[in-house]
Amino acid sequence: MQSGTFHTTYASDVRLRPYWPQRIRIVIVLALALIFPWFADRYWLNLANTIAIAAIGAIGLNILVGYTGQISIGHGGFLAVGAYTAGLMAVNLGTPMWITIPVASFFTAVVGAFFGLPSLRLKGLYLAIATLASQEIIIWVLTHGKLLGIGESLSLPRASNNLFGLPMEWLGNNDFAFYWICLVALILTVIFVSNLFRTRTGRAFVAIRDQDIAAQVIGVDLFRYKLLAFATSSFFAGLAGALTAHYRGVISWERFTIDTSILYLAMIIIGGMGSVSGSIYGAAFMTLLPALLSNLARALSDVVPNINSYLPYMQQGAFGLAIILFLIFEPEGIVKMWRNVKDYFRLWPFSY
Amino acid sequence: MDRIIQLALSGIANGAIFALVALGFVLIYKSSDVINFAQGELLLIGAYLTYTMVELFGLWWPIGVVIAVVLAAAVGVVIEQLVLRPLIGEPAISVIMVTIGLSSLLRAMVGAIWGVTPRPAPQFLPTDTVTILGANVGVDRIWAFVLAIALFALLTLFFRFSREGIAMRAVADDQQAALSMGISVKKVWAVAWAIAAITAAVGGILLMSIFGGLSGTIGRVGLLVFPVVILGGLDSIPGAIIGGLIIGLLQSFAGGLLPPEWGLGEVAPFVVLLLILLVRPYGLFGQRIIERV
Repeated sequence: MQSGTFHTTYASDVRLRPYWPQRIRIVIVLALALIFPWFADRYWLNLANTIAIAAIGAIGLNILVGYTGQISIGHGGFLAVGAYTAGLMAVNLGTPMWITIPVASFFTAVVGAFFGLPSLRLKGLYLAIATLASQEIIIWVLTHGKLLGIGESLSLPRASNNLFGLPMEWLGNNDFAFYWICLVALILTVIFVSNLFRTRTGRAFVAIRDQDIAAQVIGVDLFRYKLLAFATSSFFAGLAGALTAHYRGVISWERFTIDTSILYLAMIIIGGMGSVSGSIYGAAFMTLLPALLSNLARALSDVVPNINSYLPYMQQGAFGLAIILFLIFEPEGIVKMWRNVKDYFRLWPFSY
Repeated sequence: MDRIIQLALSGIANGAIFALVALGFVLIYKSSDVINFAQGELLLIGAYLTYTMVELFGLWWPIGVVIAVVLAAAVGVVIEQLVLRPLIGEPAISVIMVTIGLSSLLRAMVGAIWGVTPRPAPQFLPTDTVTILGANVGVDRIWAFVLAIALFALLTLFFRFSREGIAMRAVADDQQAALSMGISVKKVWAVAWAIAAITAAVGGILLMSIFGGLSGTIGRVGLLVFPVVILGGLDSIPGAIIGGLIIGLLQSFAGGLLPPEWGLGEVAPFVVLLLILLVRPYGLFGQRIIERV
């Protein structure tokens, strides 16, 4: 039985997963992720891909909001930048996916850093509303961007979905093939971000969140690190957006409105602020909740007539209610609930 | 020239309504540090309640409006008690998110009860036009402006002379000091939410009357409140009024003078918002917060 944390070397102290049960759990989760697509049908594969893409975006937002403490209501706009950059390249230049996705991610990082400029002077609520303005401006550019040669919606050519020249059909159907791409992207994101907060840069982010003036006093360059946080966060928003563009094949601005920004904020609130695994739980919860409700409505459609016409309201209401209930009863999110469960069993039967 | 005067007058009328909605927002922020993202939904609820009272129940419109406004105030108080009260002392992001969740829940409820199809709004304001300085202006807009100003005057008197109003100013000024003087901060918050809901409801009713129709899009004014309050400063009541008028005029001119396919009326307030924040991070009249480690 584990009775405390006893590290004897620095190496074990800075480890991400210091205990063997944690490592076993990782192996099990990975094994499940590898087995899952062989047994799932396209409906579940689609859900899994949506969750993985949303998780990448949520992790990106968590870097900014959860770790650096800069509230942003403009994440949907950055997803749109990623999606449209990838889309425009694929449509106009016929660029394949393995080039458009990284380019779109880096371009979104630059755009994110630009819209992060006000963060130098603005704090808290004023900054939140400034990011709301950047969201509205990005969407306006997309909807009125005929001058820039952007249509309101884009259809990506199927041929652009290839990896180093290999067409995606080689892997199987669209959902199955993209499962692997999304999984790899998610794993890389998780590894990068988990390690980011063990580096000098990541520590600077956390210092800014905890007390920005104190951070400045001990020599953290606020401007540089705030912009870096915006850029890193937007990079993953761009990655998620570009993946969405190639996976769905069709993009339109309606997918990236302020509602999307709010959805991502809700994911990290419900999952757990400042936690990588929390972002994934939140993304899964927020994707499964409406799917679950629509399945429920279909099951009940015989018993309750015209329940289907109320479905959008049920989904929207459940979304709002979930946020409110989590904030009132478990403000630290699913991560904390999961930790409570683990603690209960770890300390059982002496729970004090 | 006529066109400019016309745009200016309609901008001022819209601006007065924005200012009214923004006032409720500022009141909540000043007394309890809560950014209320559900302000647009309060507006929606006020408008739909009025519609129900007047069109569906067939009440004489002054009575219907009064009942609707009272009900809206009750909704405001219930929201404060059930949702905001448990979150006292939580970080800003939690409070923002809970009002966002609230706005989603309220919009879903409005949609489930009244549906999404636009409805003809009850007309209580006269619809003819008059000519001012050579420009044709709808009388309803003038009424909206006058009513908004009258409500402002009423609220100013309330804050200056009534016991509750003075208590609210005390809480906004210094919560600790107000508590030690025996002011019930909880009661002040409830009153703040009630007033915010009332101003939002009146704003919703006026907008409904001006547009001549009722649909969920009225709630979008809730988003326009942000440029207004940020422009004036989050904690400034005069700022809300001036900000409202500026944004109203800006929207009217950007949408009316520039080519309509640019659609600048919607985005111009946000661009100006960003520019103003770059120069004055606390808005035009907002209080500069001195931070210490």
